[in-house]
Parts: sequence; structure tokens; C-alpha cells
Amino acid sequence: MSIFLNTISRDLKMAIRNPSSFLNPLMFFVISISLFPIAISPEAETLSRMAPGIIWVITMLSVLLSLNTLFHYDFDNGVLEQMIISHHSLSLILLAKTIAHWILSGLPIIILSPFLGMALFLNSESIIILILTLIIATPCLSLIGSIGASLVVGIKNSGMLLSLLILPLYIPILIFATSAISNAQSNLAIDGQLYFLGFFLVASLIITPFLSALSLKISLE
Amino acid sequence: MSKLIVNNLSCQKGYNLLFENLSFEINSGEVLKVSGANGSGKTSLLRIIAGLSSFESGEIDYDSFNLKSEQYKLDLLYLGHLASLSPELSCLENLKYSSLLGTNSLKNDYSKALKQVGLEKYENDLVGTLSAGQKKRIALSLLFITQSKVWLLDEPFSALDSKAITIIESKIEEHCINGGLCILTTHQECNIKNLKEITL
Repeated sequence: MSIFLNTISRDLKMAIRNPSSFLNPLMFFVISISLFPIAISPEAETLSRMAPGIIWVITMLSVLLSLNTLFHYDFDNGVLEQMIISHHSLSLILLAKTIAHWILSGLPIIILSPFLGMALFLNSESIIILILTLIIATPCLSLIGSIGASLVVGIKNSGMLLSLLILPLYIPILIFATSAISNAQSNLAIDGQLYFLGFFLVASLIITPFLSALSLKISLE
Repeated sequence: MSKLIVNNLSCQKGYNLLFENLSFEINSGEVLKVSGANGSGKTSLLRIIAGLSSFESGEIDYDSFNLKSEQYKLDLLYLGHLASLSPELSCLENLKYSSLLGTNSLKNDYSKALKQVGLEKYENDLVGTLSAGQKKRIALSLLFITQSKVWLLDEPFSALDSKAITIIESKIEEHCINGGLCILTTHQECNIKNLKEITL
């Protein structure tokens, strides 16, 4: 357990000392969402109808932007090699790294989302559902992303390849999350969508650490 | 008494056959120096023995454990080309994490280990601000706290000054006297007792 907590605290410490690695995707998130009212229309009705899609698409893209840094620095420094030959479980170490990644990418988005939701004229109930979907599904984005990040870790300029690998896997999350918020806006039931997102979270929490460990070993061979 | 046996090992990278039917054994108390020209497969051999790379054919046994066994991983210390240090962390933080990751270190005297390699003044300095030789010293300070029996050292003397080389050589000798074994690659002359040598 100590390796798990130590890895999380190490990654957070490293990110705080090199803040551009996690601040750039967050800046991208805030700036791109705040440009939509200017580019499309400042009308409350139009914006609130588009808000779930806008916020969720930009969330995905900003998580995708930050995925490159998940294993990249440790690969360059040779720390990943030490993680692989360690007697500790590689899956556990990678899960810790992914949780640290979520704290730096998903959690700030959850904290910022109510303000951006308000800027896009989402009503208070929809904002609560937006936060709920983000809480359930942003960890999935980091977990599923960790598989892609571990597959492309040795490849230079792998951003495009990573997007091609990971975005199709993100689509179900996008569909259920945006449909939950749209349903909430129309006062329809949202249980089904939340259950699906919950299922994705549990499944990815169980499966992805093993798949990431496996693909990382293959990438570094 | 531990023994590492490599039997008929062959390794191919792309279309290049790096070595074929390589066999040797090394007992505790011995140091094996792997020499050879650039690109002859020294690093590949060490990575294979560390369990990081796959090989075409052959067998590697450590006290009848295979490379994936928990016992072997506990007994293994591999220091590769890269220093395995994060530039955003201090020397002490890096050493603590490396020792937690890599080895079954019981002694936790990290400051003493850094003192042994002459870096006591830099304990809290970020690794990113240090020179290549100093980074190498931090990586090698792990040798002073590890309890691992099998040391695999890839170019341990590169970027080091002569004083540091002597310190590391005597540490390797001490390790072997205490029943450990060591495989290292280097292009430099080594003044280590019980040194065996193979050329790739």
C-alpha cells in the first residue's frame, strides 16, 4: 500500500513543481468553452441546449491532451523501467499514477464545471447532473486513457495516434453523459445513463490497470 | 550460495543477430564484466537478465527461480543507461522512491548513502539542477542501501570521476564479499577482485 500512496504523492509533487504539464490542458478547457458564446450565439436558449455537448467534448479533448504526460516523463528518465522490474505490482503502480493523473486533470475540471455551466446558461439542476456525470466518468477517461498512453509511450509525437486509439473508446461515455444532462434539462429520467456510466467506471477500474501494465511491458521491450 | 546461469541465450534486434548461444554462469562472490564493441548487445544482455527484454532462445535461471518470480525481482538491482531520476524531485526524494520501488532495502539511511557518494550537500537540491556525473552518483548511491544480491550495472562508471569510480569499485567488491554477485558492462579498466570477463 505504501508504494501506492507514495506514487500518488510523488506524481502530485512532480506536477506541482512543473505546473505547465497539467495547467495547459486546463487552460485549454476554460478558454475553448468560454469562446463558444462568442462564436455561436450569446442567447441563453441556444447555449443551454448545446452546453452538455460542448462541456463534455472539451473535457475529453483536454484529458486527451494531458494523457501524453502520464508516462512520458517517467519513460524518458528510465523510472518506468524500474517500475516494471519492481517486485511491487505494476498494475498497482500504474493505477496510482492514473489516480494522480485524474486528480490533476479530472478533478479541476469538476471544480471548474459549475462556473462554466453557468456561463453557458445551464440551470442549477442540470449543473448538478453535469457534476455528477463528470465525477463518475472523468476517472474512466483517465483509466481508459492509461491503456493508450502505455501503448504509445515509446513513440515520439504520438498525440494523433493516441487520439485515434482512445477517442473511439470514449464515445460511449460521451453519449451517456451528454444524454443524462439533456434528459435532466427536459425533466426526463436519467437513472439508466448514470447506471451505464457507473458500470463503465467499475469495469475500467478493474480491467484497465492490468491492460496498461501489459501494454507497457510490450512497449518497453 | 546464489548462482545465475545463462544457457544458450540468443538475442535478435530487428534483422540483427546480436549474440547466439551465449552461455555463462556466475556465482555469489563473483563479478562478471561484459565487454564488446558498441552495438554488440551488452545493454540488451543486461536488459534480458533484468527481465525487461525478451530473447529468441535459451534459458536464464537464478537459484532455480525464473526471471518473473517474486524472489528474483526481490534480489535484483538493475541500473540502466538512464539514471532513473526525476528532475523535479530532490536527491533525497528520488533515492527514497527508487529504494521503495526497486529493492528490498531494510536500511533507510538515505542521507548516509548520499554522503558515501559525496553528495551530502545536495540532499535537498532538485536533480534537474545537477550535472550528469552527480546524477550518476545519486543513481549509484542506491548500491549503499540495497539488500539485493544480483546487481546488474550498465556502464556504471560513465560520467564519473576517478575518485567516484574507486568508491563504486570498492562497493562492488564489498558486495561480493558479502555473498552478492554483479554483472557490469563497461569500456573502462576495472580494478575489482574476482573479476570474470566475457566479450560479446
